[in-house]
Amino acid sequence: MLPYVTGVTGTLPELFAAWFADRGWSPRRHQLDVLGAVQAGENVLLIAPTGGGKTLAGFLPSLVDLAANPREGLHTLYVSPLKALAADVARNLDRPIADMGLPVTVATRSGDTSSEARRRQRETPPNLLLTTPESLAVLISQPESALFFQDLRTIIVDEVHALAGTKRGDMFALCAARLTAIAPQAVRIGLSATVAHRVPIAAFVGASRIVEVKGGAPPEISVVLPEGRLPWSGHMGLAAAPEILARIRAAGMTIVFVNTRAQAELLFQALWRLNDETLPIAIHHGSLELDQRKRVESAMSEGKLRAVVATSSLDLGIDWGGVDQVLQVGAPKGVSRLLQRVGRANHRMDEASRAILVPANRFEVLECEAAIQGVAEGELDGDPPRPGGLDVLAQHLLGLACAGPFRADAVYDEIRSAQPYNALTRKDFDDVLGFVENGGYALAAYDAYRKLFRDSEGLIHVMGERVARQHRMNIGTIVEEPLLKVRYAGRGGGALGEVEEYFVNMLSPGDTFIFAGRMLKFLRLKETICEVADGGTGEPKVPAYAGGRMPMTTNLADRVRAMLQDPSKWQAFPAEVREWLSLQRSISRMPGRHDLLVETFPRADKHFLVAYCFEGRNAHQTLGMLLTRRMQRFGFHPLGFVATDYVLAIWSAYEPFDVARLFDPDMLGDDLEAWMAESSMLRRTFRNVAVIAGLIQRHFPGAEKNRRQVTVNSDLIYNVLRKHQPDHVLLRATWADAAGGLTDLGRISGMLQRIQGKVTHMALSRVSPLAVPVLLEIGRESVRSGLTDDDLLAEAEQLVAEAEGRALPPPTPGRDLRQGRLAL
Amino acid sequence: MSAATIHLAGELLQLDPAGALHWPARRLLAVSDLHFEKGSAAARQGSLVPPWDTRATLDILATLLRRYRPHTVVALGDSFHDIGAASRLLGPDAARLRAMAEATAFVWVLGNHDPLPTGFRGESTLEHRVGPLVFRHQAHPGRVMGELSGHFHPKASVPVRGTVVTRPCFIADARRIILPAIGTYTGGLDVRDPAVRGLFPTGGRAFLLGQDRVFSFAIGGRPAMPPPALTALGGGPDNGGRIRGPKP
Repeated sequence: MLPYVTGVTGTLPELFAAWFADRGWSPRRHQLDVLGAVQAGENVLLIAPTGGGKTLAGFLPSLVDLAANPREGLHTLYVSPLKALAADVARNLDRPIADMGLPVTVATRSGDTSSEARRRQRETPPNLLLTTPESLAVLISQPESALFFQDLRTIIVDEVHALAGTKRGDMFALCAARLTAIAPQAVRIGLSATVAHRVPIAAFVGASRIVEVKGGAPPEISVVLPEGRLPWSGHMGLAAAPEILARIRAAGMTIVFVNTRAQAELLFQALWRLNDETLPIAIHHGSLELDQRKRVESAMSEGKLRAVVATSSLDLGIDWGGVDQVLQVGAPKGVSRLLQRVGRANHRMDEASRAILVPANRFEVLECEAAIQGVAEGELDGDPPRPGGLDVLAQHLLGLACAGPFRADAVYDEIRSAQPYNALTRKDFDDVLGFVENGGYALAAYDAYRKLFRDSEGLIHVMGERVARQHRMNIGTIVEEPLLKVRYAGRGGGALGEVEEYFVNMLSPGDTFIFAGRMLKFLRLKETICEVADGGTGEPKVPAYAGGRMPMTTNLADRVRAMLQDPSKWQAFPAEVREWLSLQRSISRMPGRHDLLVETFPRADKHFLVAYCFEGRNAHQTLGMLLTRRMQRFGFHPLGFVATDYVLAIWSAYEPFDVARLFDPDMLGDDLEAWMAESSMLRRTFRNVAVIAGLIQRHFPGAEKNRRQVTVNSDLIYNVLRKHQPDHVLLRATWADAAGGLTDLGRISGMLQRIQGKVTHMALSRVSPLAVPVLLEIGRESVRSGLTDDDLLAEAEQLVAEAEGRALPPPTPGRDLRQGRLAL
Repeated sequence: MSAATIHLAGELLQLDPAGALHWPARRLLAVSDLHFEKGSAAARQGSLVPPWDTRATLDILATLLRRYRPHTVVALGDSFHDIGAASRLLGPDAARLRAMAEATAFVWVLGNHDPLPTGFRGESTLEHRVGPLVFRHQAHPGRVMGELSGHFHPKASVPVRGTVVTRPCFIADARRIILPAIGTYTGGLDVRDPAVRGLFPTGGRAFLLGQDRVFSFAIGGRPAMPPPALTALGGGPDNGGRIRGPKP
């Protein structure tokens, strides 16, 4: 454990002390502690809740140093995952600099910075440069980067908790390692919100000291239930719209957090249907047009809004001030996430933040109570850090070569000094380097197109300026799904935002959908623009976005399980929930904390299997695909499945037996292999890896037409690579990613190991109370099955043929069942 | 594996799920848009995609030759991704293609990507006529009878159970058939695109390629009953840009 620093408190020069005093402030202890650490030349991590004066603490050492020793050139680099945050911080720095008349220059740099401004920054670097990880990576790939950064004194990285453990975090860590190689004297300061894993976060920053500010007043969190019966299922929380509106009315400014963009759209509509007083309520999510988001944000900071319905787009970043309360509608999903959101209310540390949770169904009532307990006990969650992505490494290695020739040995050591890569094997490093060099294929075909070459002294060079230019155009680790702009039809029709191409494929002209808080009619697709008009009739569709629903954390799932096991804890629940749980206990049993409860029961000619895994929706989806394949092989004839955060339900034509055998860990062998070939989730994962690693270029210099002719679909590449070189480094990177994210294989394999020999099978004669919610999801959720795309096409073809009277419907499998014919 | 049969200009033709068309009466096999060496063309532009695309396409061709033992193979153009493609073939791939072209009579219809003969054995032509059928790279607009062509790389999307399945496909009406692209790295143009749709004014059928068979769906025009309509435009997730067939 790293020590909390108490000894080396820095002292503030007279000028600064006077400035604090003039404003009626006194410097906070942690601000002085960070100053002391930096003056002692130590890397430091500052952990503080929002509103703790964190940013000023980060910049104070640089301002103090520059006040005493004015100089030309770059002194401090500030990196934030949010572009808007960098701009905001730059504005906030203006005040102390102007008030004290400090000889300090400040500039920001992001993808939006003009080439003219960049040129100025190159010629006369500012003292303080505020930027993003992507722009930093571009700077590092420039041949003059060594010169530009050589006198760097301080590196400040903000929102570390949001960067560590992500691919952008990997990119930053690699860039930081390079900065340290160029400027060994530079001190690092990490700024983070409260986190579960302090030590790994400190290691990520390379900090030898942690300065931690304990949170001020504990937040006040309560639960509000909808009037009338508590819903059995559903995640939107629309039933509680009247209660939500009442809370909005009772406070000054409210952020209503929801879990998905689709939920934001629907809840926004539901609120406005009731909003007779026309309280100013807005909507904010990541797919809306930037202009529209900015309008909402400035209306917020000017105090013109009473509420904004928002997704994680408002989780991070700028302090809006003036937010009186936060509502979380739907499951909180995790303790850390809830705390982050609650912290958006009331940015004064010494006053309690007020938050209200609005569960959308019964299971979410349990989850909300579990989360409140978690907050009270300060038990945060979050995944422990994972090894850095090999795709990000590939991008970085090419960037290094663009900056200048290097030796593999030296760079291998430099890379391992970055915490996410400290366990990188030489083989992985060499394979990645080989991939960047010429594709790294077993079939040596691309000698003429290599991107790197080695000279006679073993130095590795980039193959020409064209490769370098193209690389810089493609730097970044955020891979967007193919998106289509939504725009009003007609000349100069206003842009509303973006939806996934996939969603537009499901629309026919004339269909109604909800987007940007409006009811829109889909007119046509014109190139990459989805043209719409206001209005439209009929049941509207709502765009969903890939990966939009994050799963419940392991920590929170454990708490829910523990509560279920202990009836003495049920007092906290509303009566309906208590009755529901008691009934479950008498009809079946409660899911245990360490075993796996599996119920089977017949219903309407089908046999249902419900597994109470509590591993989160993504893991359950993957498990559903694997289990249905296995049930198919066992002859149970599975028909479909649906997954929630808590359980997985599969239905089949025949009664499954020997249920424990179904959950044998050998599922992760052949079934997994077969599934990997087909899974659209893995294809998507591969696509992201291929784009980040530079196999697929997003941007080409030159003509668009040219680009189309040489763009190869990533699915086609995946097929070829799997067949011809299954151990290629990019496929290895794909499997590594599949352990988490959309497939969450890591949680499945962990569970299968854990529950071996501990499967409790309850063969029931009818549905159990706990199984009701997931059964109600059928028909509401898209029902999945282990069917291949070919099976689905055959089914669609058959249905059309039946409708056109060209074919007869197939016999019902249920009939065979009643005659007792079990196919095995 | 089973091929679908279809009649065109009085001739019985088979649509193979690998994307080839077989004419049993003449023992003729037609394939389209092989796009050999598209991979190395991408590599030249900085995308070092896996280099096995030509080999994989040759594997498909070899399977088809074994399956049908045709007397004639008609390659409907864009057999090579660009003018330099033939010279970029790796030694073993070139040898394999040469052996195929020596064992079977090849007709190389010239396409917009490969407007010049490549030196592989066989007849190079802009148009090939056999009996009532005509083989060309790109469909002629207007009224034709018995035309077989490629060029557009047609693909179709079918909504199924809350998702969409997109596959390359044949498109056929009573007058013409457009073949899908066989090349391993070829993308596609949606059958609803005006460029394709205009060629089938009274509608037609799309035959989507499956593992072992093709799947038939009505497109355009007015079918007897509204089927689950083929979707508007576009296909599955692709690489950030819409993947299109080459422009004429």
